[in-house]
Amino acid sequence: MHDDTHIGGAGSRFPQTRGSAIIAARSGDAETRNRGYAALVAGYWKPVYKYIRLKWHQSNEDAKDLTQGFFAQAMEKEFFQGYDPAKARFRTFLRTCLDGYIANENKAGKRLKRGGNAQIMGLDFENAEGEIRELQLSAGTVPEDFFERESLRSLFEVALARLKEACETAGKMQHYRIFERYDLREDEAEKITYDQLAAEFDLPVSQITNHLAYVRREFRRLVLEILRELTASDEEFRSEVREVLGVDPE
Amino acid sequence: MKPLSDGLLRRLRRVADLPDLSDSKYRLIRKLGSGGMGNVYLVEDTVLRREVALKVINIPDPPPDLTARMLREARIIARLEHPGIVPLHDVGELPDGRVYYTMKRVQGSSLERYSKSIEPLSERLRIFQRICQAVAFAHVRGVIHRDLKPENVMVGGFGEVLVMDWGIAKLQEAPDEKAAGGEGVASDDFSSGPQTRSGTVLGTPAFMAPEQARGQVEAVDARSDVYALGAILFFLLCRKNPPLPEAEPAFTKQLAWDLAAARAEDRPLSRPLRAICTRAMAWDNSARYDTVTALIADIEAFLDGRAVSAYRENLLEIARRFLFKYRFLAGLVLTYLIIRLLMIFFFRP
Repeated sequence: MHDDTHIGGAGSRFPQTRGSAIIAARSGDAETRNRGYAALVAGYWKPVYKYIRLKWHQSNEDAKDLTQGFFAQAMEKEFFQGYDPAKARFRTFLRTCLDGYIANENKAGKRLKRGGNAQIMGLDFENAEGEIRELQLSAGTVPEDFFERESLRSLFEVALARLKEACETAGKMQHYRIFERYDLREDEAEKITYDQLAAEFDLPVSQITNHLAYVRREFRRLVLEILRELTASDEEFRSEVREVLGVDPE
Repeated sequence: MKPLSDGLLRRLRRVADLPDLSDSKYRLIRKLGSGGMGNVYLVEDTVLRREVALKVINIPDPPPDLTARMLREARIIARLEHPGIVPLHDVGELPDGRVYYTMKRVQGSSLERYSKSIEPLSERLRIFQRICQAVAFAHVRGVIHRDLKPENVMVGGFGEVLVMDWGIAKLQEAPDEKAAGGEGVASDDFSSGPQTRSGTVLGTPAFMAPEQARGQVEAVDARSDVYALGAILFFLLCRKNPPLPEAEPAFTKQLAWDLAAARAEDRPLSRPLRAICTRAMAWDNSARYDTVTALIADIEAFLDGRAVSAYRENLLEIARRFLFKYRFLAGLVLTYLIIRLLMIFFFRP
């Protein structure tokens, strides 16, 4: 699954729509519409790409083309106009559209460089490909569950990217680094105490906890902001928040 | 950026959901659980140095009036000072706008779990009485619980019974205040925001009165709680959830069938006890007990071996109950009569 080239760059910036990107994508105003689409692409391109690789067993190159092609056609043919929040979650709707699109492409034997030709934004496929390799998927992975999980992963990655950017802008990189050290540590077994952090950053413990609280607060705000952008109604938003943040007690 | 591992993803989900207590007197210890309305955490009150439970209402982006409404709810629950109701200590707002409460940390097990370990019928009924007393008190203060179920009743280590989770309670004019001409509270529905609109179903189906299950918010009153208490009584007697109040007469038939099949201490349930449960769970709210106090009175009467209002006894049943209640006295009289007869027989002049 890892034999070919990569296109695009590190363009993972998430365009902010200040509201629902789905509603923006259905706007009559071209600029708002483009911004809405760009936000949806940024939020979903990675799960879409990985899903195509897993479910449709496409090669890296074909999956890239199909990902680009899907979003290009969604924009051209206004796929998302037909979305009704009362019937399904947007994520489910998007996946259904994607399955339909790929089935059509396969049926017509149109494995063209359609998407590649219609590249709509720089997407870091190499990174996504690397993630697939790291995930070590088992034979029993259900593609639909995989898509859900990858959407969640993508959401948190985007939130983290935004968080870092926000901390940079606000001149609070030390806050971010404390958060990175404490909450983003890779090693589950590594136990870090506030005292250790205080010694490491040469700050009093109270400041460590305050900095951590600030970044966590920002992080929650950004997760909610992105969820707001990726949902079309208050009800869908609330239900998504419950699902995304509703984790079991430790 | 490196992809997020599954473990890190789980941690970040938790981090994003943690209440920010940095500017408060509370220190987070751990999460205790979550429910429909929010999450409950174990925190330390750093001023009083005691552990309390902190409940965060998990409604992101709350409507503007929600905070005010939640504060009002907290004030009302704070008025429910009763040994059977978990005391509320504090209410506040997190920096992200979420409202929280702190309340006494209750250690024990839910009635659902606890009931499995109690065998004697009288003990089950005594626990039930204590639940009723807490609810009756709330009704007198104008508060309808609306989500009474075994899960929401905790039995503490010393046998104390606590009615929990007043999150979707409804406030009505308090009867005691009305009678006293005091500061009345206007009839209102103060649970969280949009969920209380007419037509929206709140509660737990098996323990929900038919009018509540149909979403008739206006029809929900103290008798809806009487129904839920009847359902709890059913649970304690039959050790299973009551039938769902979906349609009549199937519901009433099923209820009667289940109660007739239930056994306590190897004996079928007595008719008066079944009648109490049936009356509390009547489909039509006008056929139920008018108040929880009336239900308590019937349970007390049953435990004391007196007649209950829910069941009209025939002469034979009255005699049997009388004999059972005064079995010691009856035994003495009978013994006396036998001795007397024997004396007449053996010592005839």
